[in-house]
Amino acid sequence: MNVTPVLSVEGLGVEFRTRSGIVHALENVSFAVGKSETIAIVGESGSGKSVTAYAVMGILDPAGRVTAGRAMLGDLDLLASDRGELAGVRGRKIAMIFQNPRTALNPIRPVGRQIADVLIRHAGVTHRAAPAAAVEMLREVGITDPVRRAKSYPFEMSGGMCQRVMIAIALAAKPLLLIADEPTTGLDVTTQAVIMDLIGELAAQFGMATIFITHDLALAAQRAARIVVMHAGHVVETAPTKELFANPRHPYTAELIAATPDAAISLEALASVPGSLPDLRCADLPPCRYSERCSRKTEHCAKPLPQTRAGDRHVVACWNPLPKQPIGVSSASAA
Amino acid sequence: MTDLLQVSDVLKLFPAGGGPAGWAHFKRRFSGGPDSLPQVHAVDHVSFAIGKGETVGLVGESGCGKSTLVRALTRLIDISDGSIKLADRELSRKTARVFARDRDRARIQMVFQDAGESVNPRFTAFDAIADPLRRLRKLRGKALRDRVETVARQCGLPIELLLRYPHQLSGGQRARVGIARAIAVEPELLVLDEPTAALDVSVQVVILQLLQRLKHEFGMSYLFVSHDLSVVRLLCDRVLVMYLGKIVETGPAAEVFAHPLHPYTQALVAAVPRLHDRTDGRLLLSGEPMSPIDPDPNVCRFYGRCPRGTEACETAMPALRGFDKRLVACHFAEDYLPRA
Repeated sequence: MNVTPVLSVEGLGVEFRTRSGIVHALENVSFAVGKSETIAIVGESGSGKSVTAYAVMGILDPAGRVTAGRAMLGDLDLLASDRGELAGVRGRKIAMIFQNPRTALNPIRPVGRQIADVLIRHAGVTHRAAPAAAVEMLREVGITDPVRRAKSYPFEMSGGMCQRVMIAIALAAKPLLLIADEPTTGLDVTTQAVIMDLIGELAAQFGMATIFITHDLALAAQRAARIVVMHAGHVVETAPTKELFANPRHPYTAELIAATPDAAISLEALASVPGSLPDLRCADLPPCRYSERCSRKTEHCAKPLPQTRAGDRHVVACWNPLPKQPIGVSSASAA
Repeated sequence: MTDLLQVSDVLKLFPAGGGPAGWAHFKRRFSGGPDSLPQVHAVDHVSFAIGKGETVGLVGESGCGKSTLVRALTRLIDISDGSIKLADRELSRKTARVFARDRDRARIQMVFQDAGESVNPRFTAFDAIADPLRRLRKLRGKALRDRVETVARQCGLPIELLLRYPHQLSGGQRARVGIARAIAVEPELLVLDEPTAALDVSVQVVILQLLQRLKHEFGMSYLFVSHDLSVVRLLCDRVLVMYLGKIVETGPAAEVFAHPLHPYTQALVAAVPRLHDRTDGRLLLSGEPMSPIDPDPNVCRFYGRCPRGTEACETAMPALRGFDKRLVACHFAEDYLPRA
C-alpha cells in the first residue's frame, strides 16, 4: 500500500517515573495503519501494548512521559499537540474501546444519555435530536429493543451488551481510527465472535482504520491483516498475518505461536516461552530485550537492534532471525 | 472406570425479583398469597458422573450456571434438590456451613479463577497453603512447615517465595499458590475454575503441564471449568456443555469438538478463533439467551437463538439422548451425525 497511512507512529519512546526507578516502557516503537486496514498489536501482558495506545491517545498516566517519537495523524503530530488540539481529535477522529466495558462506562448515567453526550460533543447533533440519534446508534450495534435499553444503566446489561454500547460511543462520531484495547477479554467466545464481526463490519462501512490490541494470537490471526508483535516495549516483528504465521522470523514470535494452544496436537507438544520479561527499570537494558530469554543469542546481540526487512512489509528486529521457510519467494524484491 | 463423583438431578434455584432480602417473604405473609416468588433456575436437573482419574471439562457461556454448579459440587452453597455422591458418601445432606468442618471437606478442593483475588491479600503464600492444613489436618509446627514446603516444591513454587504476599508474586506464581493450597490436603477431586484465564499464553502452558503432571502423580480427578475450548480440548478426556442451567451435550472431548451434535456446541466450536484457518462461513448466534427466571419447562432453552428452531422445539424440551458415547439434548441431533 502506497497511500499515506491514517496513523503512523515513528520511534515512540515512553518512560514512567516510579518510586523504584524509571521504567523504560517503550523504546523506538514504530508502526503504521492505513485506511480501512485492521492491524493487531500482540504480546504478553507488560509488553507495552496498552501503553502504546494510551500514548497515542494522550491519556498516559501522569507518571508517564513521552521521550521520543512522533505519532502522525494526517499532518498533526499527536505527541506534540496541546490539550486543546487533542480534545478536537479524540472522539472525533480517533476513538478507543477499552478492555472492561463495565468499568469504562459511567455507572450512574443511562447508556442512551452517554451516547447522546458524545453525539452532542463530537458529532454536531443538537440536544433535541441526540436522544433519538442515540437510540439509532444502539440499534446499529445490534441491541434489541433499543428504546428501552437506552434508559438502562450499565449494571443492568450483560458484558456483551455493555461492549456494544462502548462500540456505539466510540463510533458515534464516525472516527478515522479506532483503537480497540482487548475489546473481548472477559466475554464468551460466542459473544466475542459477534462483537468482532460487528467491529469489522462497521470499520468496513465507515472505511475506518482499526488497531486491535490483544494477547490472543489466534484472535489476531483471524481478524487482522497485519500483526505487530511487541516484547518488553519493543516491536520485535511486523508482518502480514499469513506471512507471520507461515514464516515467523523473530524467535519470540515463533515461541509465542508454539505456546498457543490451538496449534498443538497435545499438551506435551505445547512449548512455553522460557524466562520472563526483563525488569524494565534497569538503566542499562541490553539493546535486544529478548536476548536474555533467547536461544539464538549471538555476540551481535549486544549491538543496537537492526530493522531487517524479511519480506514484503515484513520487518524483524533481530540479528539472528530464524531462517525463512524453503517455499518462500525472494525477499529482496520487496525492498 | 469406577465413578468417583455422581451428580444426579441437581437443582439449584435462587429467588429473584423479590426486592431487598426478606421483603418479598414479608409481603407474602401479609397478603396471604401463594408461595410464588419467581425463581432463577441456575442449575436445572443436572446429572453426570466423573470417573476416577478422569478429567472432565465443563464449558458454556457466562450465566449458564457453570459456576453455580461448581459451587454446589464443592459444597460451598446448598442445592435445592438432587444428590451429590463422592464415592459412596452422600454430600448434599449436610448444609454448606456444617460441611466446611466435615471430614469429607478435604476430598473435594477447588482452584479459583484468579489466585490474586481469591487468596487473602494479608496471608503470605505460606499462610495461604497452610490454612487448609491447619483447619482440616490439624497440622502444627514442624509437620505443618514440612508439608507446606513439600507441596510448594511439587507445584514448582520456590521455597524462598513462601514468605511473600500475593501482590509480590507474578501471575504464574500466584496460580501455583492457588494450586498448592488446593492439593495440600490431598483431595480426590480437584475442581478448577478457569485456572489459567488470567495468565499469558506463555505461562498458561506451564501451568497446564503442571496440572497434568500432578494429576498423574496423585491420581486425582479433575473437573475443569473453562470457556477456552482449545485448552479444554488439550486437557480433558470428556466434556460437558452447559446452556442456561442444562447440560446440552456430553461426550469424549475430541469427538465433541470434531463433530458437535448440538447446535449450541456447534456455534461454540465455530466461534473459537483458530491460528491457521480463517474460516468465514461461521455459525453466529444472534440475540441474548432467554431469561433463566421461571423458564417454560416445555420449551427448549436454546429456542430463539438456535438457527434450527422449529415448532417441536417450542412445545417439548428435548431430553438428553445417547449416541454412542455421547449424550445430546436436541430433537434433531441425528441430522448432525457425521455420515459413516
